[in-house]
Amino acid sequence: MSIELAQKKDPSFVAPIVAGAGAVAGLLVGTAQGSSIIGILAGAAILGALAWIVLSYFNHERPARRIIMAAFGVAGYLVGAIPGAVVGLLFGWFFGWFIFWLGSGRYRAWLAPYLTPGQVLWHYTFRVICGAVFVFLITPILVVLPLSFNAQDFFTFTPEMLRFDPEGYSLKHYRDFFTNNEWQRSFKNSLIIAPIATIISVSLGTLAAIGLSQSHVPARRTIMAILISPMIVPLIISATGMFFFYSSIGNWMEGTLGLDKNFVGYIKVILAHAVLGIPFVIITVTATLVGFDTSLTRAAANMGANPVTTFFRVQMPLILPGVISGGLFAFITSFDEVVVVLFVGSAGQKTLPWQMFTGLREQISPTILAVATILVVISIGLLTVVELLRRRSERLRGLSPG
Amino acid sequence: MTDTTDTGPVLAADGTPLKRSLARALRMQKMRALALIAPLLLFVLITFVVPIGQMLWRSVENDIVADTLPLTVVALASWDGNSGELPSEEVYDAFARDMIVAVNAKQHTRLGTRLNYEKTGISSLFRKSGRKIKKWDPVEDAPFKEKLIEVHDGWGDIETWRTIQAHSSRVTGGYFLNAIDMQKTPDGPAAQPEDKRILIKLFTRTLIMSMIITCSCIVLGYPVAWILANLPMRSANMLMILVLLPFWTSLLVRTSAWKVMLQQQGVINDVLVWLGLVSDSARLIMINNQFGTIVAMTHILLPFMILPMYSVMQTIPPTYLRAAKSLGATNWTAFWRVYFPQSVPGIGAGSILVFILSIGYYITPEIVGGTKGVFISNRIAYHISSSLNWGLAAALGTILLAVVLLLYWCYDRIVGIDNVKLG
Repeated sequence: MSIELAQKKDPSFVAPIVAGAGAVAGLLVGTAQGSSIIGILAGAAILGALAWIVLSYFNHERPARRIIMAAFGVAGYLVGAIPGAVVGLLFGWFFGWFIFWLGSGRYRAWLAPYLTPGQVLWHYTFRVICGAVFVFLITPILVVLPLSFNAQDFFTFTPEMLRFDPEGYSLKHYRDFFTNNEWQRSFKNSLIIAPIATIISVSLGTLAAIGLSQSHVPARRTIMAILISPMIVPLIISATGMFFFYSSIGNWMEGTLGLDKNFVGYIKVILAHAVLGIPFVIITVTATLVGFDTSLTRAAANMGANPVTTFFRVQMPLILPGVISGGLFAFITSFDEVVVVLFVGSAGQKTLPWQMFTGLREQISPTILAVATILVVISIGLLTVVELLRRRSERLRGLSPG
Repeated sequence: MTDTTDTGPVLAADGTPLKRSLARALRMQKMRALALIAPLLLFVLITFVVPIGQMLWRSVENDIVADTLPLTVVALASWDGNSGELPSEEVYDAFARDMIVAVNAKQHTRLGTRLNYEKTGISSLFRKSGRKIKKWDPVEDAPFKEKLIEVHDGWGDIETWRTIQAHSSRVTGGYFLNAIDMQKTPDGPAAQPEDKRILIKLFTRTLIMSMIITCSCIVLGYPVAWILANLPMRSANMLMILVLLPFWTSLLVRTSAWKVMLQQQGVINDVLVWLGLVSDSARLIMINNQFGTIVAMTHILLPFMILPMYSVMQTIPPTYLRAAKSLGATNWTAFWRVYFPQSVPGIGAGSILVFILSIGYYITPEIVGGTKGVFISNRIAYHISSSLNWGLAAALGTILLAVVLLLYWCYDRIVGIDNVKLG
């Protein structure tokens, strides 16, 4: 049962508001064309009149909105060719929707009926502010994606790209990434270092998390603080400490044990990254274990399973989501890490982030943007997996999926 | 009741007193838990805590003078640097013997570099003299005083000897003095010359910029956390993706994105020029300065502010606000007196997290900060990889670590370590 709160508004209420919005839009267009004052006045006049006419004479929303959009699109095309047409269509879509949203009173439909007009205004202003912050959060990531298809070696949108000319786009930066030796080697190094470091931190971390979640652990707080410290200590300090430590360890391994220099380099970086990933494993796995029913292990033992069988057949399947998402955190930590590898590794262990870092600092090549796009796709994949695992684990623990 | 008093303590199945049996079981349990934790604890202790400890030690360690010039240090101990006289022949003799050994082991240039941090010019003094001293014989060529002064008149300068004497101890506070723009001189701690004082400036800049970043994160994060906590579950989850995606995206991707956005030929400037808000000749300079660092780091750290705020705000019942309003509070009063105080723990947790992370940041300031927007961590990296003044790098790191641990302790008091949540 829903109460229809939307009621048709008088054009004399809608037209001034739309005219105000039109003035802002007119300011932008007018400034771009040379005169902001004419822009403001024309924008306000055109849109105010448009809102009045539409609300007074059009009863059907859909055709009216289509007409507005088409008119704006054509006007945009006349002013600024294809990019202008796109901007025009967007403006047309927005104002068509805005006029009817206000005019039909839909804007109050979802709000509590007792709100004052001031509160309604604040409600939507607040939404706009939040929207702006979300735009701030996501724009930099979205901007990178189209730029990576740039046909030029620039970090910026070329006129061809803005005209949506196929000439302006190419896959050459991706080709460069997949054929350039240096990028490929660093990618390979990342793929060697990150998984091994993850395996070390997940196996040790899961064991320790199980130990930590037992009911009687002496000095639990201290142990927890030590195990989480790699996450708290700033990376630059960890890197400085590890630099001193691993240079002497490395010399010892090369000199006394006679190991290959490159191999020692990998060991150093992997161990350093494994330590950095441990806090994430500890935190996620202990969080999963909080909801673990210990009577299940007792029941298993009661039925004759030894501790190892109990662990692998009973406990592990239940805490697996937590373990995997901890592992993904550890993986991304290592895969993204650059400060420690800069300090501890040598040229032979150059990882992808390191290569990007030097690329950004020294020779600026747009291949970085292609790599960035690939990494964004990877992180979207990881985010999806973690989210699915979180829901699964909450279902298993009997919480409602959030 | 009387039965138990008659038969003494309660016995377990195997005949031992129950109390002892339980204590043993508890001990077993503790041992098992510790055995599970031990491998990781050892791993972290050896590969993380020990290196950090080593770094702390390196910030006060000063073995090099006493190790390279063992005889000289002993001989110099009795010399009074304020007397205005050069050391006796005994000292020169000891020094020549030490140097002959050091030059053959190629250690003298390292010592020169070390002492050059304290007094410029000593490095070349050691290097130049080394070539000649190499051919000397410790017995036949004595006495050495005139010869050394002949080799380089630096050895006839009292200040050289006073510097060696002042830095001959095995443990020194000199690096810490350097880290706060002072230096250890023979006459005690003194301020660095005007043109060398940059570290205090860098420390204050790091702190101030971290505070600005934290504040802008609060301002931007609070409304977002509020709307996430108050929307219906389904739409909140959709919007959450917009927060988590940057959180999961590589740091370098986001930094390079900001480089693309903020450059003079970058996206923001292009849009502003296209809109006519900025003329083509007067494009805004938004990168390689403090503004660039602040914007990029605010973006990078914003999720760390939103997530703790969100988890606190989720627990505040929305009915409180409505109750306040129905009792006659205005919108502002209801928010400020009822909602805001309950959300303060979230702000505290987020702020400390963001602040801790930002004062140790290295990559982003290095790429978008130019020279005016760099942090103290960039200086540490510089001393590690370029100037090779590792003692000073360690001292700077120690000070930074002390600040972070202090903040972390506050974080633990406010939120508790166990309450750290991810994703």
